[in-house]
Amino acid sequence: MQLEYFQLIDRIVELDVDAWTIRAEATVPYQSTIFEGHFPGRPLMPGVLLIESMAQTAGWLVIGLTRFERMPFLAAVKDAKLRTFVEPGTCLNLTAKLLHDGSGYAVTKAAVKAAGKAICDAEITFRVLPFPDQSFRHAMEETASRIAFPTQALADG
Amino acid sequence: MSSTFDTVANIIAETCDIPRDTIKPESHAIEDLGIDSLDFLDIAFAIDKAFGIKLPLEQWTQEVNDGKATTEQYFVLENLCTRIDGLVATKGA
Repeated sequence: MQLEYFQLIDRIVELDVDAWTIRAEATVPYQSTIFEGHFPGRPLMPGVLLIESMAQTAGWLVIGLTRFERMPFLAAVKDAKLRTFVEPGTCLNLTAKLLHDGSGYAVTKAAVKAAGKAICDAEITFRVLPFPDQSFRHAMEETASRIAFPTQALADG
Repeated sequence: MSSTFDTVANIIAETCDIPRDTIKPESHAIEDLGIDSLDFLDIAFAIDKAFGIKLPLEQWTQEVNDGKATTEQYFVLENLCTRIDGLVATKGA
């Protein structure tokens, strides 16, 4: 994770295009300027970034299911529950499932656990649009490569 | 038709916190009821689930943007319900 750059996913562990599910991992860094303010002497992963981590996980699922043809943009977060504190060094297991493949939108359910313990969960809705331009798509493909996005799963699915 | 309208009207009332008795078949979802595009995603999700269909929102939006259709054709509720009935019939065919 690089919190300052909104790089909240370290790697995609599994993408199942038939089951509409994805699993990812990320480790909260020990050092981040964000912890200087959140909070002084008591560093905690901000809840909004936990929600963003769920959105990114679910977003990669949508990108995978659309074969990198479309880009999900966060539209709504419902029933978000932040169940416990997350400290630097915590290894997060992130999961998401597509609940509904709508026309131009997608509804997902995402969750985060650490060592089997529930951290947070939410229902996340995206607007799903064509990439605005090819450079945007290429940037996402480069990010996908960095986080070991399993492109083979797209060929198999 | 009436049951489709009742289902849709109930969805809109619950999703957008609009008094049920103000929602009429001739109501325009956007212009009369003030439903914005984000709230309409919630409504579409609920309609898709309730009727087991997929409202072709992208196609409708494109047709409106291209001047091939008016918003009234899709977003006046009695017209929306007619289209829902058509999608349900197509699904069952």
